[in-house]
Amino acid sequence: MKFVACINHVPDTEAKIKIGSGGNAIDRTGVNYILNPYDEFAIEAALQLKEKKGGETFAVTLGGDSHKETLRKALAMGIDKVILLKDDSVRDSFSVAKALADELKKLTPDFIFFGKQSIDYNGEQLPGLVAEMLGIPSVSTVVKMSVEETKVICEREIEGGHEVVETSYPVVISAQKGLNEPRYPSLKGIMASKSKPIEERQPIAVPSAAEVVGMQKPPSKQSGKIVGTDATAVPELVRLLHEEAKVI
Amino acid sequence: MKFKGLDYYDVAGLLSEEEILVRDTVREFVEDNILPIIEKHYSAGTFPMDLIPKMADLGMFGSTLPAKYGCAEMNNVAYGLMMQELERGDSGIRSFASVQSALVMYPIFTFGSEQQKDFWLPKLAKGEKIGCFGLTEPDYGSNPGGMITRAEDKGDHYLLNGAKMWITNGTIADVAVVWAKLNGVVHGFLVEKGTKGFTAPEMKGKHSLRASVTSELIFQDCKIPKENIFPKTDGLKSPLMCLNQARYGIAWGAIGSAMTCYDTALNYAKSRIQFGKPIASFQITQEKLVHMVTEITKAQLLCLQLGRLKDQKKLRFQQVSLAKRNNVNMALEIARVAREILGANGILDEYPVMRHMANLESVKTYEGTHEMHTLIVGEDITGIPAYV
Ligand SMILES: Cc1cc2nc3c(=O)[nH]c(=O)nc-3n(C[C@H](O)[C@H](O)[C@H](O)COP(=O)(O)OP(=O)(O)OC[C@H]3O[C@@H](n4cnc5c(N)ncnc54)[C@H](O)[C@@H]3O)c2cc1C
Ligand SMILES: Cc1cc2nc3c(=O)[nH]c(=O)nc-3n(C[C@H](O)[C@H](O)[C@H](O)COP(=O)(O)OP(=O)(O)OC[C@H]3O[C@@H](n4cnc5c(N)ncnc54)[C@H](O)[C@@H]3O)c2cc1C
Repeated sequence: MKFVACINHVPDTEAKIKIGSGGNAIDRTGVNYILNPYDEFAIEAALQLKEKKGGETFAVTLGGDSHKETLRKALAMGIDKVILLKDDSVRDSFSVAKALADELKKLTPDFIFFGKQSIDYNGEQLPGLVAEMLGIPSVSTVVKMSVEETKVICEREIEGGHEVVETSYPVVISAQKGLNEPRYPSLKGIMASKSKPIEERQPIAVPSAAEVVGMQKPPSKQSGKIVGTDATAVPELVRLLHEEAKVI
Repeated sequence: MKFKGLDYYDVAGLLSEEEILVRDTVREFVEDNILPIIEKHYSAGTFPMDLIPKMADLGMFGSTLPAKYGCAEMNNVAYGLMMQELERGDSGIRSFASVQSALVMYPIFTFGSEQQKDFWLPKLAKGEKIGCFGLTEPDYGSNPGGMITRAEDKGDHYLLNGAKMWITNGTIADVAVVWAKLNGVVHGFLVEKGTKGFTAPEMKGKHSLRASVTSELIFQDCKIPKENIFPKTDGLKSPLMCLNQARYGIAWGAIGSAMTCYDTALNYAKSRIQFGKPIASFQITQEKLVHMVTEITKAQLLCLQLGRLKDQKKLRFQQVSLAKRNNVNMALEIARVAREILGANGILDEYPVMRHMANLESVKTYEGTHEMHTLIVGEDITGIPAYV
């Protein structure tokens, strides 16, 4: 069986993001990039399933040379083969999905895992788009999964609870926090990753369907207000939370 | 906020992708597994035993040794970065890794028989077995050549008598690498837990390195099987070679302690308001912080070159002495200054500073005291030994 994790290289959660001079992209200088945190669950899911079922694991990413760092981490965690769809250009989710689907078609995986979203642009579109393009089922925000014979049973997070879904594979699954506990890359794995190749391929060119025309930072935080310091302040606090902040 | 380390001179730019990944992996491991539990263990004076399998899983024991023993086969720079990150957590945890790797697995690998290597190394790498290193004695610390512990050849076994003191991991160890005189010459022996006449009581009352087990080793007519002697040692030089390995890791480790103390002091100084301003805005505080950044940056470059020399097999032991001496002293000084910046808060266990400061007092003394390293480098540059 083949298990693929589609992974992304994203700005560190604590990076201070500035908007670039063009106004429609971030300024990358000084920004540290990491493996998208949700994709760690995707990698772990692929590794665990291989350990149970046997077969081969892959990680695929689309991006420039800098994405190699993230592929190295995937190798160090134990992924067998990694593929860089080398393209530095700006693409929307649709264009990325087309390129990934084209590559995945050739790979013929049984399971395709994504993180539920990339923490950079939070599009949450790729898993669904890719599944649709491949004509296979897709289950999103999965927190629990088991595979029996031809059946795949997934528990997914829905508002206020969980939903249990049964499907078959090949399937696209997007991983939510809780699906598993991603392993650390072992020091041995890190050393061994040095000698494993990163396969580079040219992704198909697909024009984007949407274009980013501008980016804005959220308004800066207002300073806090102290309503009082003892119990007599509670009614006023409740009133403000209800009427001004509108959170209760 | 997640710890980012300090890299004022883009020293990371001199590291390989793998070296950076090792550093970041251990950094995350420390963040997730050591920082949440360390203060509790420190105040209770206990070593967190459940860390051992986790550290082993990651490959932290004997990580520069060959893969055939289940080791990571890392280079020495990656090993150093691992030690740096571990000591950012706590010197006691780093000590555990140092002893297991540099003082137990290294001598077995270097001086042991094939049978000793095949038996012990995989188990020690997996953390199934724990080791300790017994050189220091109550009356012989800086001058181990005078040791009293002795072995006698009794034909089909050796008879071991004597006592060791200040032995890290002693009480929890399955095997002790013990240095003793046989016909007046220092030899290494593997003494297994449960050997009749061998006890390892824990030493109590430490104000330093509290999350580390320190013990006495007592040998009363212990029968040591003939196959438990190291066949390839060369007198006192052999245990000193082990110490040199461990000191190398300590030189890196001290940077980890220093970085976390600096990081804590910087954040505190920026948020603590006195006289209507953050204390970071006072010149005296800035001078302290700048001093820390300067000393840490120097230590980082010192260690990196030391590691590159070690990887090229060009390293001289005096160079390791210089680094251990400089870096531990600088870390201790930075811990003290960081404590000052934190004012009264500096003495609380809410911050890691006082714990690091107290730990570093041990680190300054073990693996060759600060003074002994001064004399080693002093002899090297003047040609005159000044020990006696
Ligand atoms: C927490 C901890 C863990 C340890 N773990 C281990 C371990 O696992 N295995 C092990 O074998 N040992 C271990 N040690 C022992 C350590 O290596 C010794 O403490 C160290 O070598 C110093 O010996 P000493 O304490 O007997 O001090 P001494 O040798 O008595 O020295 C006392 C002071 O005199 C100075 N001094 C000594 N000789 C000279 C000289 N010629 N010129 C100038 N100054 C001199 C020293 O620098 C020092 O300041 C550990 C120690 C500690 C504190
Ligand atoms: C164990 C203990 C017992 C104590 N007992 C008592 C007690 O019984 N009664 C009592 O009233 N207090 C007591 N204290 C409090 C003690 O007096 C204060 O800790 C001390 O005055 C420093 O204040 P702080 O800790 O708030 O540090 P801060 O004033 O916040 O100072 C933090 C750092 O900034 C530096 N700094 C501050 N302002 C400047 C400046 N303008 N220029 C340059 N540097 C500056 C300080 O020197 C220090 O290094 C006790 C403290 C301790 C630790």
